[in-house]
Amino acid sequence: MMLPSPRRRARAVFTVFAALAMVAIAPSTTPARAAPPDSLVMGMVLEPPHLDPTAGAAGAIDEVVYANVFEGLTRIGPDGSVLPALAESWEVSEDGLVYTFHLQRSVTFHDGSAFTADDASFSLQRISDEDSVNAQKGLYEVIENVVTLDGYTLIVELKRPDGRFLFNLGWGDAVMVAPETADDNKTNPVGTGPFRFVRWVQGDRVELEAYPDYWGTKPALQRATFRFIPDPAASMAALMAGDSDAFANMPAPESLEAFKADDRFAVVIGSTEGETILALNHRRPPLDDVRVRRAISHAIDRRAIIDGAMFGYGTPIGSHFAPHHPAYVDLTGMYPHDPEKAKALLEEAGIAPGELSFTLHLPPPSYARRGGEIVAAQLAAVGIKTEIIPVEWAQWLEQVFRGHDFDMTIVSHTEPLDIDIYARDDYYFGYDNPDFDAVIEALEQTTDAETRADLYRKAQTILAEDAVNGFLFQLAKHGVWDARLRGLWENSPIQANDLTGASWSE
Amino acid sequence: MAWFIAKRAVALALTLVAASLVVFGVLEVLPGDPALLILGVNAREDTLAALRESMGLDQPAHWRYLAWIGGLLTGQLADSLTYDVPVTELLVPRIAVSLPLALMALTLTVALALPLGVLAAARRGRAADGAIMGASQLGIAVPNFWLGILLILLFAVTLRWLPSGGFPGWEAGVGPALAALIMPAVALALPQAAILARVTRSSVLEVLGEDYMRTARAKGLSQGEALWHHGLRNALIPVVTIMGLQFSFLLAGTIIIENVFNLPGIGRLIFQAIGQRDIVVVRDLVVLLAAMVGVVNVLVDLSYAVLDPRLRRGHLRGAHG
Repeated sequence: MMLPSPRRRARAVFTVFAALAMVAIAPSTTPARAAPPDSLVMGMVLEPPHLDPTAGAAGAIDEVVYANVFEGLTRIGPDGSVLPALAESWEVSEDGLVYTFHLQRSVTFHDGSAFTADDASFSLQRISDEDSVNAQKGLYEVIENVVTLDGYTLIVELKRPDGRFLFNLGWGDAVMVAPETADDNKTNPVGTGPFRFVRWVQGDRVELEAYPDYWGTKPALQRATFRFIPDPAASMAALMAGDSDAFANMPAPESLEAFKADDRFAVVIGSTEGETILALNHRRPPLDDVRVRRAISHAIDRRAIIDGAMFGYGTPIGSHFAPHHPAYVDLTGMYPHDPEKAKALLEEAGIAPGELSFTLHLPPPSYARRGGEIVAAQLAAVGIKTEIIPVEWAQWLEQVFRGHDFDMTIVSHTEPLDIDIYARDDYYFGYDNPDFDAVIEALEQTTDAETRADLYRKAQTILAEDAVNGFLFQLAKHGVWDARLRGLWENSPIQANDLTGASWSE
Repeated sequence: MAWFIAKRAVALALTLVAASLVVFGVLEVLPGDPALLILGVNAREDTLAALRESMGLDQPAHWRYLAWIGGLLTGQLADSLTYDVPVTELLVPRIAVSLPLALMALTLTVALALPLGVLAAARRGRAADGAIMGASQLGIAVPNFWLGILLILLFAVTLRWLPSGGFPGWEAGVGPALAALIMPAVALALPQAAILARVTRSSVLEVLGEDYMRTARAKGLSQGEALWHHGLRNALIPVVTIMGLQFSFLLAGTIIIENVFNLPGIGRLIFQAIGQRDIVVVRDLVVLLAAMVGVVNVLVDLSYAVLDPRLRRGHLRGAHG
């Protein structure tokens, strides 16, 4: 799910104006680099509320500290694969219940203290403490017991096999922290990563510097600064003026053409884990009728939504699954855009044209606000009226997500591989299908990659057949950076700005 | 005079109590659970409950209100719900941006508006008047954030003289800090100066028509001398009233400019805090802003007394209608 955030005020008109004006007057010289060649200034839209990835769901926290300041036992690589990190290797028992991790030996925290199995044990146990405020506590609830065998061997016993356990250990929520410093990580993060925290000028930037005693490959950059620029026009200006070297995810897709036309910049369109859906509340008749939901699916023209709301950036999806994943099945053809078919299905369900009227709650991001208007027009074309209700994230969470007080909403689910949300009891869209639940349960028990892929394919197909929600598109990642920069992530398999491999080409 | 100040202080205190009740009440009924916002959609109920308890949100409302007011009175502000640091720690660096910005903008406003307004009045109907009034019409019509974008395009993107936004902090030195504030100050000041120049012009024109000005001219003073010695003081009363309003606006109403220039000021903090349902920050900030506006109003009233000796004898306000 796209995390709650201060709203991005759409001032598209002015951003477009600014874009055009900049193209017209931008000098053709190369920009004065924002910083010397061994440093980098990365722009971000949202400022993190604090810097402790184990105590909050805000993606902006990980976008600063993940892989840079904090590391976990495993980590997620640029392609979404699970890589060794502080655990250099591991073994899994036959029954999938016992994991033995062998830890890196020369690791120190940024305060100089050594990282040992005791720290690892503390970090994992802290997640499941009674007063834990870990946002993903549920992911690690499978841990039965943690034992240290010696200073560098950690044994984790699970309550049941969990095919995603190593992946979940790579999340920012499971990074390794030290007992002495854990409570202060929100304002003074102390991790084991290649960069250590220098200062946070709240409202403006976070500064990091290379940690000289880093255990692994040392980064090319000596300094890294994250600048927080919520305004789309201001973020454009910062890049154009050379005050920022990069925006890993440019907030305004309408500005990308201007950067493409300028060879000082590289525009890199990548993928994210964000499935953007028109969620339907199955508790509200007639949305419990699969014919009505299929009619809605036929009424939707995904291409028009991507072109109109996202300026063409985004990949159509036919189920709740990321197109770049190996187990992806293309189901976009199941309900082609066909208003006549949609009307026929509604008639079959006993609904007269113009009889249906739904609310459509739209959270602040432009994919929802702009996409919602297009969806409303497309539904109107098949005789379904909609009442658009713009909401803030706080309201969305309370009314829609928790209160289930909505008919339809548009939201992007940004957690990786989150198809299992459809098996949750009483989830906000209220889908309930025992066959689907059985597939997810089988997935949880399976560690074999090929079997898992099969199960994922099956799960996608069930959701598409049931037309659970209107599946719209996969959010794209719009990276814009100085053309001389190398080693930034093209895709975002998790929300992170891993700078460990970043360097300047000169 | 002392009696006047005491009366105003009581009125200010009552205003603040009312403001605190209103903001607390509004935040109570505003939908949105801060714990859910912080922990997101995967959070489990027990985790949410643990967080709510640690933030004190499980206490009854009247108790939380009293605890808050008690904290305000003793200077012990609670911790921000999202940033998890005392509100004072958040506020001080923000005020160190917003207050200098507001003062710079006000100084620019006055420095531009007063001479131009007086000049336009003195040259009424002539070319200078027309030019100044035309320019001020334009200044009023241009939204300040748009002006801000134009300034960035010219001075940051094309000429590269000034940073496009952000604030290096005062610890980076006065030079860089002022360089970061000058464009936003100009963007804020120009539309305000346009308004103030018009007010000044009409106020001076009114004074120029007064009997005592004719008397002054009759005893041989030039128009400039008459204006300088007898007119300006009287003409300033409406100007100071508008300036007071403008200063309040510059303190509290800079949210958009702070966004355009990416400045970590009070406006952006309050905007963020509302979105994140950081009720602790919002309520402290609202009361702080109400207090600042109240104090500015008292200062404006006091300045009337300085400008017009008649008003010192008790007939404050109302005396000049």
